[in-house]
Amino acid sequence: MAEPAEKIRDVPEGESVREYLHRTNARRAFTGTYIVWYRDIKRFWRDTPRRVGAFVQPLIYLFLLGTGLQAAFKVFGGSNVKYVKFMFPGILGMTVLFTAVFSAISILWDREFGFLKEVLVSPVPRTSVAVGKILGGATQAMIQAGILLVLMFFPFMYGFNLDTLWKALLLIPCTLLLAIGMTSIGVAISANMKSMEGFPMVMNLFLLPLFFLSGAMFPLQGLPGWMTFLTRINPLSYGVDMLRGIALKGVTLASNTSVISKIPASVINSISPQVRAEIGKLIPQMPKLQIQRYPMWLDVTVVFGFAAIGIAIAIWQFNRQE
Amino acid sequence: MNGTNGSIIQVEDLAKNFGNLVAVNAVNFDVMGGEIFGFLGPNGAGKTTTINMLCTLLRPTAGTATVNGFDVIHNKNEVRESIGLVFQDPSLDDRLTARENLEFHAVVYHVPRSVRDDRIKEVLDMVTLMDRADDRVETYSGGMKRRLEIARGLLHYPKVLFLDEPTIGLDPQTRNYIWEYIEDLKKREGITIFLTTHYMEEAEHCDRIAIIDLGDIIALDTPEVLKDHVGGDVIKIKTANDEDAEKQLKEMYPDLEMLNDPECKLCFKMEKGEEFIPDLIRDFGTKIVSVSVHRPTLDDVFLQLTGKEIRDEGSDDKSNLRAAARLGAFGAQRSKR
Repeated sequence: MAEPAEKIRDVPEGESVREYLHRTNARRAFTGTYIVWYRDIKRFWRDTPRRVGAFVQPLIYLFLLGTGLQAAFKVFGGSNVKYVKFMFPGILGMTVLFTAVFSAISILWDREFGFLKEVLVSPVPRTSVAVGKILGGATQAMIQAGILLVLMFFPFMYGFNLDTLWKALLLIPCTLLLAIGMTSIGVAISANMKSMEGFPMVMNLFLLPLFFLSGAMFPLQGLPGWMTFLTRINPLSYGVDMLRGIALKGVTLASNTSVISKIPASVINSISPQVRAEIGKLIPQMPKLQIQRYPMWLDVTVVFGFAAIGIAIAIWQFNRQE
Repeated sequence: MNGTNGSIIQVEDLAKNFGNLVAVNAVNFDVMGGEIFGFLGPNGAGKTTTINMLCTLLRPTAGTATVNGFDVIHNKNEVRESIGLVFQDPSLDDRLTARENLEFHAVVYHVPRSVRDDRIKEVLDMVTLMDRADDRVETYSGGMKRRLEIARGLLHYPKVLFLDEPTIGLDPQTRNYIWEYIEDLKKREGITIFLTTHYMEEAEHCDRIAIIDLGDIIALDTPEVLKDHVGGDVIKIKTANDEDAEKQLKEMYPDLEMLNDPECKLCFKMEKGEEFIPDLIRDFGTKIVSVSVHRPTLDDVFLQLTGKEIRDEGSDDKSNLRAAARLGAFGAQRSKR
């Protein structure tokens, strides 16, 4: 198996040795990625509590957190904003973020139980291993995202119609891109981490600010300047913005908040403009809810760049270890 | 691919430092194709570090080594394809079945698809695990896991099988089994086996042994030649008064060479020990409490070379943890998390 002479004997006619080796190496790199991915998915699927948890978790986020916040906003005077609809893209982003990043803990388990050594001394390129791990985590995140995407069609969400279908289809590649970027960060961090206990600490230290500053939970409007600055340098805020831009296109989130709208136009017109202005001052003004803060092209570019940098770091970290 | 003298591993001035610590100090040796080559030494002597360098897991600080004709620094992938590895610590995925572990290995080591299933069956048969092939590894005993690891190490037709402490943490009966497999393997597959151990009695199974201590190889030869160097049998005497007895011994036998064993004052070598004992007892009379005579073992070789014994470190904390991990006690605890 190992003798180059043996390898070269298999070279088909009409192909140079270099071409042949190039081709086999590419195929080997690919199968290496595949088997690393396949093992992760198999382990995920076999672990019943984990599988059930993965299915239930998005539902908890959407129904408990979303409904709760919707009610809270009513109490604080947000009238009848459909907060669950507003939050949906954020929940999608959040689910992907947590599942993707935490999937990388499997690398620490593998190190703890020695299996990582078996992978690292094999002739499979480290790059293939890193990519396999990234895809494994991203797949798990996408399974959860898929559940949420199905929920989109329910009447309390965006309804069962063609518009929702297009949105769901468009959200798949965008969510995948985000999932790949987030898993890469997880893989890069855990590639050189030796301590099991350290991982959740580091992740929380790193994830929670990223998450809170992403706009997944609350609109990033009316924040103090320093916080606005932080949200602008947070790549995840572009990701959530992207998802929101797609999911909420053409969706009405709130009925008119002003009492004036309930009064027939003829009545309003009969009031003198000065009086109208005075009444207007008395009614608290709701700032308009912004759906997308950045242009779509910027969102996609940032998320794409983030994923590319994440993959590069993860691969570099994997190749670096002895 | 092999060296001119039939060697499959060539090591020249191979060294590894960890900061100021010299783990391996410029060692030189060759391993012949088809032999069982043993690395014998106490824990921390540099055995695993050397193996890790030969397996491309550690980059040497200095020196060169080739395995199956490939340089361990520049042709890592070719070296990795040429070798099978059984690590000191378990390295199986215990959520997968034995067959799945082997399938994973077959893919990452590029065993052609056409022969994959047959080869998996073949190695499982070899270690008599065929009937448990589709059980998850977490249900296996420590010995079964080790056997599966050996089977996995052989799966991709390696030229050299590295076994790092293959029997650590196993009970004596399982150890004997493992040794039967290893010797059978040498006969059947004709591959070279490179192993490390700190069990003296196990080193006897090797064709050649390198004794390593504090990062240096201090002897390298067949077990027989090494034992011959001790010269004659080893005799240990206990008396009521060792100091008097030592004086008396030296008067009677001026040529006597005492072994420098700190734990045994009256230990010495003597040709034809059994014939010497009756003389000794007659001359010494009742002062003698006990006498023992034994053929030299590798323990005596090590003792003579280093002035100390290899302690059986099978009972220190780390080994206990290792044994527990292998037996699955920790595995069960961990999977609950």
